[in-house]
Amino acid sequence: MWGSNARETHPIFFHHVLKAVRNGAKLYVIDPRRTSTADWAHGWLSLEVGSDVSLANGVAHVILKEQLQHEQFIERATEGFDEFKAVIDRYDLARVSADTHVDGELIAQMARDYAKADRAMICWTLGITEHHNAVDNVLALINLSLLTGHVGRWGSGLNPLRGQNNVQGGGDMGALPHKLVGFQDVEDDEIRGRFEKAWGCKIPAKNGWHLTEMFEAMHRGDLTALFVLGENPAQSEADSTHALKCLEGLEHLIVQDIVMTKTAEMAHVVLPASASWCESEGTVTNSERRVQRVRRALKPPGKARDDIEILCDLAHRLGFDMQTGTPEGLWNELRTLSPMHAGMSYARLEALGGIQWPCPDEKSAGSPFLHGRLWENPVRGMKASFNAAEQVGPVDKLDADFPLRLTTGRRLESFNTGVQSGAFAWPQKRGETLDLSPDDAKKLKVADGERVRIVSRRGTVEAPVRFDDDLKPGLAFMTFHFPDDVDTNLLTIDATDPRSGTAEFKAAAIRVERIRQ
Amino acid sequence: MKHDVKRDVTVTIDGKPVTVKEGATLLDACKSHGVDTPTLCWAENLTPVNACRVCVVELEGARVLAPACSRKAEAGMVVKTDSPRVRLSRKLVLELLGSSVDMSLSSAFADYSKRYAAEPARFGKKLAPSAAGVRESAHPGHHTVLDGTRAETVAQPTKVDNELFVRDYDKCMLCYKCVEACGTDAQNTFAIAVAGRGFDARIATEHEATLPDSACVFCGNCVGVCPTGALMFKVEHDLRKSGEWDEKKQTETDTICPYCGVGCVLTLRVQDNAIVRVTSPSDSTVTGGHLCVKGRFGFTFVEENRRADRGGSD
Amino acid sequence: MDLRIPKDEATDAERSAVDAATADLNVDAKARRALLLPALHALQSRVGWVSKGGLYYICSRLGVPPAEAFGVASFYALLALTERPRAFAHVCDDIACLAKGADDLCREVEARLGPAAHGHQKADAHSQKGKAKASGWARSPCLGLCERAPAALVTIAGDKPADCAFGAATAAKIEAALRGKPPAIEEAYVASEGPRRLLARIGVADPKSLASYRANGGYTALKRALELGAAGTLRAVNDSKLVGRGGAAFPTGRKWEAVAREAARPHYVVCNADESEPGTFKDRVLLEGDPFAVIESMTIAGLATGSEHGYLYLRGEYPLAQARLENAIQLARSHGMLGDNVMGKGLKFDIELRRGAGAYICGEETALFNSIEGLRGEPRNKPPYPAQFGLFGKPTAVNNVETLVAVLDIVRDGAAQYASVGTSDSPGTKLFCVSGSIVRPGVYEVPFGTELGALIKLAGGITPGRKIQTILLGGAAGSFVTPEQLDLPLSFEATRKAGATLGSGVVLVFDETAPIQEILRRIAAFFRDESCGQCVPCRVGTVRQEELLSRICGGKSTLRIELPLLKDLGAAMRDASICGLGQTASTAIESAVALGLMERKT
Repeated sequence: MWGSNARETHPIFFHHVLKAVRNGAKLYVIDPRRTSTADWAHGWLSLEVGSDVSLANGVAHVILKEQLQHEQFIERATEGFDEFKAVIDRYDLARVSADTHVDGELIAQMARDYAKADRAMICWTLGITEHHNAVDNVLALINLSLLTGHVGRWGSGLNPLRGQNNVQGGGDMGALPHKLVGFQDVEDDEIRGRFEKAWGCKIPAKNGWHLTEMFEAMHRGDLTALFVLGENPAQSEADSTHALKCLEGLEHLIVQDIVMTKTAEMAHVVLPASASWCESEGTVTNSERRVQRVRRALKPPGKARDDIEILCDLAHRLGFDMQTGTPEGLWNELRTLSPMHAGMSYARLEALGGIQWPCPDEKSAGSPFLHGRLWENPVRGMKASFNAAEQVGPVDKLDADFPLRLTTGRRLESFNTGVQSGAFAWPQKRGETLDLSPDDAKKLKVADGERVRIVSRRGTVEAPVRFDDDLKPGLAFMTFHFPDDVDTNLLTIDATDPRSGTAEFKAAAIRVERIRQ
Repeated sequence: MKHDVKRDVTVTIDGKPVTVKEGATLLDACKSHGVDTPTLCWAENLTPVNACRVCVVELEGARVLAPACSRKAEAGMVVKTDSPRVRLSRKLVLELLGSSVDMSLSSAFADYSKRYAAEPARFGKKLAPSAAGVRESAHPGHHTVLDGTRAETVAQPTKVDNELFVRDYDKCMLCYKCVEACGTDAQNTFAIAVAGRGFDARIATEHEATLPDSACVFCGNCVGVCPTGALMFKVEHDLRKSGEWDEKKQTETDTICPYCGVGCVLTLRVQDNAIVRVTSPSDSTVTGGHLCVKGRFGFTFVEENRRADRGGSD
Repeated sequence: MDLRIPKDEATDAERSAVDAATADLNVDAKARRALLLPALHALQSRVGWVSKGGLYYICSRLGVPPAEAFGVASFYALLALTERPRAFAHVCDDIACLAKGADDLCREVEARLGPAAHGHQKADAHSQKGKAKASGWARSPCLGLCERAPAALVTIAGDKPADCAFGAATAAKIEAALRGKPPAIEEAYVASEGPRRLLARIGVADPKSLASYRANGGYTALKRALELGAAGTLRAVNDSKLVGRGGAAFPTGRKWEAVAREAARPHYVVCNADESEPGTFKDRVLLEGDPFAVIESMTIAGLATGSEHGYLYLRGEYPLAQARLENAIQLARSHGMLGDNVMGKGLKFDIELRRGAGAYICGEETALFNSIEGLRGEPRNKPPYPAQFGLFGKPTAVNNVETLVAVLDIVRDGAAQYASVGTSDSPGTKLFCVSGSIVRPGVYEVPFGTELGALIKLAGGITPGRKIQTILLGGAAGSFVTPEQLDLPLSFEATRKAGATLGSGVVLVFDETAPIQEILRRIAAFFRDESCGQCVPCRVGTVRQEELLSRICGGKSTLRIELPLLKDLGAAMRDASICGLGQTASTAIESAVALGLMERKT
């Protein structure tokens, strides 16, 4: 588990992990904090925030040095090994230990266990992806799986754990600036042609902007009208001072949501929507690519309407007659355009309790894992590439003015900006805190529970201190579940990986000031 | 994929041969043969504890009866599921439970009681419920000797210490399911365990700490597996108390949790357009019937008064 | 594990006591968990109770969830989870002592020390919490000192904890013991008819001296076993037809062979010294009087079964046996009779002594395993059996003390010699615990097949001037026989034929003055108190059975009215309970009813 506190953020997934641990699987947790996930680990690697690439390269270094790599697999199914090896040669344990502050023997032990395992998996979450070099982080992990052949086989592989119930489905459905439904390229004329024919309209031939680019465009004044569906960017974006300024500068803001979020409060028009998971019919896709049915259990309140209805009505008013079909009818249309969904009728989704894509026809039971082709001889299609990554630290550097590393994350009972999770009566309710190691707190002469000022290069918030033995000195932790009380994202940096568009929520530099009474 | 080659095992159930895979229990064998076996402490998503003993069957050559839920089928076993011995033991188990525990919310119990003509009242009128804390103060190996004219029960006040679920141990038959769900079978939180001994054995946190003060993380998986309503969602508890709980008005709909990307199947029980209970099907490959606190209790944000439109009329 | 442990702090004394009992934590999670009961004992021995801070300190040290640790601590009668005086007396009021005036004794103790800490007889007893007194007391089930009834156990916590158990208890003796002045140690009365095998060294060899043990034939059997090797030893035990003396009478040789055959490792040997059957004290006599014999025979079992680890699970109420066993194990170790190279012959075997904490059910072999493992002493469903899935889930040979000691003669002299006495189906000798209304109560070794009347005669007969009303054979889980059955041969086959059982060798004689109804009610109360609570037939059935007897005793009902219910209860408990406790909880009562004892008003 790399950069993932699944015990709290993906609890039911972690039930499966624990079952494996009880069956003898070894669990390593790589996380700067001793999380409740790390408490279950055979080995906890408490790396420095943002040193993931170095650690992964160090693991590769050990594997190569001890000749534990899967030679045959590398030979047959991969390319770019030599260039990769040249980079890895520079990541000996002495260097990696210095970068990561993790004991070299522990790194070597994990490397051996990973390489020698019959089946092994790397799971990660935002600890990997909420960095300005997120893609490098991911590539560094992919390299490990290629090196050992732990990919494309049952029980092995790479498993990014999705944070929302349909973040996978959103991408599957083409809610990406460069993809149509089923991850098909917008800029591919033939593909686009098929969609245009089916839909009876023209589709812009160029990739769109992803979220970060959209904010940049707002900042420049190139983007003046924004339609937000079920998202709360006024509170969820890094460096929220900047985000709010962008949103305020819009000529027109439409928000379609089920509740009045901070973003909705700024909107010119709010379209009350039904809650898709319990007031609508449709599908979502989970982290393991399993398409599952959501169903209507409740009648939406008041004027709230189904998303499909709102969108079709809107299209109609914009002069395009988008026929309002049933959710199942729309799904069946999609199946004709997206080969990986072709075999998933509602009836089959129902009968099988969801199906994992790709599912090309109605005989297919779906695909519990991907990349099996890498084990075919000869390999069908492209070989998998090693992409060596180099260690670069976080953008927001520590210095005398900002000496503490703030990392952000989530708690079991809460969810993102608290729009959903803030409503129920969690019995152990506590609001936002600045979690500090007792050592740091002592140095700062602050008491447990004392309200302090937290300052970053971008903003200032106030929050009470909470002593946390699971943090090492120099490391501080906050969530962003309570933005109405403490807007943690005033502190975070919007340094963003240009390839993924994700900001570096995991690494800000801060200082803590006592508030004089 | 792993392939476990399992041999066939043939047993005789009520005179008829039944073939099951090695490792199957007698309960599996009975099921595959269409023999309806009563169970109370058994659940398909939990390790059998064979504590209630209502599933006992007679094994030829065995001195005592065997619990079908956990006894593995062995080649050549001759099983009787409806012999006088079996019927008597099942009847007694039902009577003993019925005389000591409030089983009124278990429809299975009512069905079995009818089938086996159980008369819990044979053991006399019930003793008045004990005051709060009395059952918890019992010392193992000691009890207060009474004159025997009233049947002792586990009746006691309901524990309400949070807004998510209540513990009404008046209805606890000590099936161990909640402990298993809180423990290694699912949640691995170990907030509750069986404490005390004998008739004073009970489900408890350490030193009877309230749930918010205990290790409990409020996943509600204990509530999800409770067969008697001893553990109950607060919403349901309150509706029952006010007399508004009405199963005839209720629907159940399967959908997917609105939180993280794991995709847990939720079964929403709805009454008067409000969610009154959230469970998960125990045969779901994703959840195995278990949920986390957000999936189980985090639904209130869809309530009308919290919505963007705030329920205004057209 | 992501444990959440309450913040209550342990005191320094509590901490150091727990630390000493859990010194080696560099072991896996299962082995750490197995230190739970020793840690709880250490805590209570130091401060007199299992304090919150102490309990949670144990949890954090061993990595045990607090709710589970609480569940385990609250399982045992000897452990207190609320504060009580450091000096504490447990006064036996079980069947043997009841017939010897235990109720009067309890009343006198109550007059001196105040109400009992844990209610048993009085409806208002629950409200009596231990106050800041110097000493307290509670009633207790059988303490295994039946030959000197009534009995008491006194525990004194502190820097130098001192526990003592004694018979012929009086309120004055108990008070003195609570003040730290225990009565002098008394050895049990033992006698035999025919060859003394099991009792050969009792009262002859010094139980504290390895040299004395060896001078009296000690370690000749292990020497022979080492010559015979595992296979030869197994053959000898098999040929002897030795069966278990704990009550279940399973062939010992078959048990050992099954363990030896198992591929899974490690194997374990467990000595079940949790003697708690009311009326039983023979194992105590062996443990106190011949502790090295138990060690030697366990070592032979280790050799035969391929086990390197032995556990000796001793009931918590036997402080003298504990002290002598601790000493004996220590001496055996330091003299190379335990360890990596036993007797210089390359045999590896060592023994860990574990103490129970007041739970009859832990005498059930699988409950005993759970107790050692730091779990609640709840029996497991069988199969799987201990030979396949025993202690820590590994193949385990578990034997009663008397069974193990019997092995010594068998190995040394051969099966044929062993069978020179006894019957053809029950060869050898057997220990009987003769108590009650008898001239010379004690432990008697007689050949199998000796008639009941002859055994009673050997013990001096019934108290002069009294008549035998009935005799309880085999303990609370056994059955009653009448004076007309004195010609009953004491062998497994003959008692089985008569519908009785030898059980653990209890021969408890009641004269015509004994209040049989009250004694039956006490037996019912015993099973209710000792039921682990796991399965419905036993948990609730034992309560209903006691209520039923209470109704009859109190004149609120009659046997005629209650009989159908009693029979149904008995049948369900016998047929549907998980373990032997529930299965036999009605045996004695039903046998008394069958003999018409319930109707005899005294």
